Formats: sequence, structure tokens, C-alpha cells
Amino acid sequence: MSGGDIAIRARGLTKCFGELRAVDDVDLTVERRQVYGFLGPNGSGKSTSIRMLCGLLTPTDGEIEVLGLRIPEQAETLRQRIGYMTQQFSLFADLTLQENLEFLAAVQNLPPKKARERVDELLEEYHFSDRANQLAGTMSGGQKQRLALAGSVIHNPELLFLDEPTSAVDPESRRDFWEKLFELADAGTTILVSSHYMDEAERCHRLAILDRGVLVADGSPAELTGRLADRTLEIKGEHPRQAKHIVLTVSGVISAAQIGNSLRVLCAEAGDCAARIQDALANASVDAEVVPAAPNLEDVFVAVTNKQPQQQPSEHS
Amino acid sequence: MNLRRLWAVVIKELRQIRRDRITLAMIIGIPVMQLVLFGYAINLNLRHLPAAVADQALTSGSRQVVMDMLATGVIEPVTEASSPQQLMTLLRRGEISVGVVIPQDFERRLAAGDEAVQVLVDGSDTVVQSAAVQLAQMPLTYTPGEPRDSSVPLPAPQISVVSFYNPQRVSAINIVPGLIGIILTMTMVMFTAVAIVRERERGNMELLIATPVSSAELMIGKVLPYGVIGLVQTSLILILGMLLFDVPIRGSVLDVYWAGILLILANLSMGLLISTRAQSQFQAMQMTFFVFLPSILLSGFMFPFDGMPRAAQWIAEVLPLTHFLRLIRGVMLRGANLLELWPDLLALVVFIVLMMAFAILRFRKRLD
Repeated sequence: MSGGDIAIRARGLTKCFGELRAVDDVDLTVERRQVYGFLGPNGSGKSTSIRMLCGLLTPTDGEIEVLGLRIPEQAETLRQRIGYMTQQFSLFADLTLQENLEFLAAVQNLPPKKARERVDELLEEYHFSDRANQLAGTMSGGQKQRLALAGSVIHNPELLFLDEPTSAVDPESRRDFWEKLFELADAGTTILVSSHYMDEAERCHRLAILDRGVLVADGSPAELTGRLADRTLEIKGEHPRQAKHIVLTVSGVISAAQIGNSLRVLCAEAGDCAARIQDALANASVDAEVVPAAPNLEDVFVAVTNKQPQQQPSEHS
Repeated sequence: MNLRRLWAVVIKELRQIRRDRITLAMIIGIPVMQLVLFGYAINLNLRHLPAAVADQALTSGSRQVVMDMLATGVIEPVTEASSPQQLMTLLRRGEISVGVVIPQDFERRLAAGDEAVQVLVDGSDTVVQSAAVQLAQMPLTYTPGEPRDSSVPLPAPQISVVSFYNPQRVSAINIVPGLIGIILTMTMVMFTAVAIVRERERGNMELLIATPVSSAELMIGKVLPYGVIGLVQTSLILILGMLLFDVPIRGSVLDVYWAGILLILANLSMGLLISTRAQSQFQAMQMTFFVFLPSILLSGFMFPFDGMPRAAQWIAEVLPLTHFLRLIRGVMLRGANLLELWPDLLALVVFIVLMMAFAILRFRKRLD
């Protein structure tokens, strides 16, 4: 087994569907025992990248090494060592929870006795003990995701791929779900998770931001936000919509987004942007206060993609 | 091939079938329904056709003819009539299917060898029509060459009507073995095709291909339960055929099952091939019709193979049902040994091997 502390290494990863370059020359390094996030809007190539990394899709170009195995050539060997949780619920709706887990245990080559123990253990651990005989299709969105996670770790994989696991889940279930992910990471599992929620991205050890198939930034959340030091401002005032029109005309302003009664402004570079905004507002006799704000991942996202995130998270946990 | 994984797929499939009421109903319902329909309906016993007789002669001879006709049981007088016009009105209104006219000069016509009795028939139903045609021939068939002095030629031909349209035993015996083939073709192809496409449609396939389960384990595990179901259906038809219609098995029962297994395998592999092509369950159903219709029409189940044009025969030779019908009729009705019928045996085996190979080659454990 080679690779040492690197779980995933991809170079020049590219996938074309006809004319469309769904993933374009992506370089990626994921260390072991990390929670690594893929952040990007829908259609940015997150799912396609994940599918290539687990050997479900053949890359058009590029090299992939996962857990020291060359992909897609050694994908069959890899399958025993990874877990994959699909974006849509893909367990069997017409089987009970227990039957679903038993099936997965068997196809993952767990010996019968071990399989029974593991199924019981997972039912307990994921709070399904009293629902073991319920049909999977009758559960709520959050429960389904929890079951899918239990199913994908049944064989204790070294590496777990999660494709937008929380996209159809309420905030509380999302929080529980992430608790589970950190437990797994603590136990030594490497996790690659895609999301379009900023608050989830902030929880990752490292993350990569994808936009239209291109990797536009990567690093730890702190590194990424650190690059925006002194470039984010908050404008507090009575008339945020009016202020927004004025602010957007000021040179050096990349974006201005209204958040409640204030405006969040991103500048192209640290410097006298704040002063220019103050002048512009004063000239237009709009009463507002300009204060520095701590950059967050949403700002990072806007800065690297030069646009507003498609999906504004409605709830910050 | 890992037996534990294969078995896991089989168990999973069985559990899903158990919860799928419509499929369960089809497994049992289709054979029973078809057997009863084909067994009883086709063998429609043409009796008691509503009729009226206008006897204008009113001689002892004419009464004798009427009595003979009624004695066949094919027609049953439901109303009175005195003239052909009246009969035609009754026919038009649908009150009767057959009208019999015996003209006033019946005796003279009979003596002269002319047509002595007229039978008016509701021609809109061809089966009724042909039954009545037979009826009409009854008293007159023997007229030429027979001496006219004896009152009326006697109803030996009346048996010919009866035996022709009362083939109770004969047709059921011919139909039941073929019906095994029809039902297996109808259900097996569709079940497998749909079973795999459903997995893709519901997104289960993406999960499955990310696990160590192999294509062969997946495909064989999925079709195996349906193969067993096919054998259950075969047994059901055989038992019902024996109980209801006294269908004989003149050859060995084992041979019947071997032929059944071959047809099941042929149909399952065809279903698999369809499943690798179809994008949705609905498409899979549509594709099975392209197999099912030619099978039912060209295999020799409905129409005799020898009577078909050359091109139709070639197509029929490609269909597994054609070969199965020859095997099963040979074994069940003629008491043949399966090996004596080796050309059809071979044809089925070749078909299975080719279809399976295509299906497994086409099934990719990749999403692209």
C-alpha cells in the first residue's frame, strides 16, 4: 500500500460530456483522516468529480490515485475499501431498514456472523433500533440520509464519499448528520463531502471550491477567508436597498448583498475602498455607517466565482 | 462469482417481490386467467343459439326436419314466426341469431332435389354464421344419390355439427401445452426487464455498482427468483390443465420441465438484454411487446406454422417460443423424448448463450 498520508491524489482530472467540460483540469490532494469539502453550485462538477474518484465514471483525461490504487483501472479493488453515499436516496424503499443493511453487509463481503453483529450495532448507533422493521421508503428525509450513511459505512471503509448528503434535510438533522461525520473522522475515516451550504463548508478541515467544472480555490476555511482580510465591509443604515445601488457604482466593489438591514460588501483589494464608499454615500446623502467585517466563506465564494452564490443558505447554524 | 453475494441479491429480490402485490397477482393470476379463458372461451360450445322457425309447409316431413334440427341442440326456438319477413325483422333486432324457413312447397322441392330449407343467419358474428352453415347442410348433405321416397335423410350429419363445434377436449389439449410457452414468454421477459430497469430508475443501481457485487452476481441473482417463478407457473398450468381439461403428459414429466427451463432461460436472457437498453420501466414494457406479439402470432400457437409465408417462418425460427412449442407438443402430446427433438433443443440453447453473452457484455459496471 503506497500513498502514505494521502488518501486521494488527482492530477488534471477532466471529464467531457460531448461539448461540455463538466470537470476541467482539476488537481486535488486529500490527506487521510480529514473531512474534505467540495463546495460549488449545482452543475459545478461536484458529483462528476466524486463519481470519477470512486471509479464509477471514466475520466476523459487525468490521473487518479485513491488509497494508493490507480483509478479507474483498480476500481474493483477500491470498492471494498470505500463507502459511497449517493445524492439521491439509493437504498431499497421496499425493504425494511434491517433488510437493507443486511443486504449491504452481504454484498460488502462481511461474513454472516460479523454481518449480523454489525447490522445490530449500526441500528443501535444510528438510533434505528425501534424502527428496524420499518420500510425504508416510509422514513423522513433526514432519517433516510442517516440510514444511507449507516449503509455506506457498514464495512468500515477507510474513505467515504458523500455526494450532497444533506441537500434535502432540515437544519437539525443536518447538524446531527455532521456530528456523525466527525465521529467517523475521529475514528480515522477520510471523508470527502460535497455541499452547496456555506455553513457546512465551514466545518470541513479543507475544502475545494468548484465553479463550472474548474477548481477556483482550495485550502482550509481559515486560509480561504484569510485571503480576504480587510476586503469585507458591512454597511449599516436605514435604507439598505438605496445604499446598495450607490455602493455598486463605486469602483473596486465586487459585490454588495443585502442581509437584513445591512449590506455586505466585498472589495477587490484591501485599501481605501471603505473611504470611497463612505464618500459616495455621503454625496448621495444616504445615512449609513461603514464598518469592517470578518470575511466568511460566502465572501470567499463570491470572490473566487465573481458572482453571488446560487443558493443563499437560509439558516446559519 | 461469490455465492454469498449472489444469495444476498436473490434474497433481496424475493423480499421485494413478496411486497409487490401486482407482480404477485400477475405470477398466479395470468396463468390461471389465460388457462381458463383459452380453455373455455375458445372452445366455445355453440349451443342454444336463439332461433325461430317459420314452418310454412306444416307437413309431417317438415315437422320432422324441425325436430331434427332442434335435436342437435345448436338452435333453440325463442319466439314464433310465420314468414321469412318476420324472421328478418327478428334477426335485425338481434332477438334471434338463426331463422329457419320451410317453404310451402317443401315436399315438392325435396322430391325435385332443390333447396328445400332456408337458414337465415346473423352474419355479423362469423362463428355463429359458420355454425349455422353447418346446420343448413345437415338435412341436405345426403340428398343427392339418396332415394327420395323415405321421408327425410337422417341426421347422421348432425353429429358432424356437434363434433366440429364441440371440440371440448381436443382444443384444450392442443392449447394447454402451448399456453405454458405463451405465459412464460409474457411474464418472464417483462419481469426481468422491468426488475433491472426499476433498479436504475430508482437510483439503486448507482449504489450497487459502487459495491463489490459483480455484474454476473447481480444479473444472475436478479433473474434466478424469476426462473423459479417460471417453474411455479409451469406447474400451475400443468396441474390445472390436467384437472380441468384432462390434458395428458404422454412423454416424461422431467422432459416437460427441461423444456420449460430452457424457455425460461431464453426469456430471462432476452429480458436482461432489453433491460440493458431500456431507460425506464415503461420503455422496457414497450420493448417486451416487440417480442411478445410476434411470439404469440408466429410461433404456431395461434396459426399453423406450415401455413405461414416463408418470411414469417424465418422470423418464427428466431423466436424461442416456436422451438418450445415443438418441444412441448412433442413431449406432452406425442410422447416424444426430448433428445429426439434435438434441433429445437439446440436452437434454444444457442439462443440462450447468445442472449446472455450480449446482455453481460452490454451491462457496464460504470455510469458512462
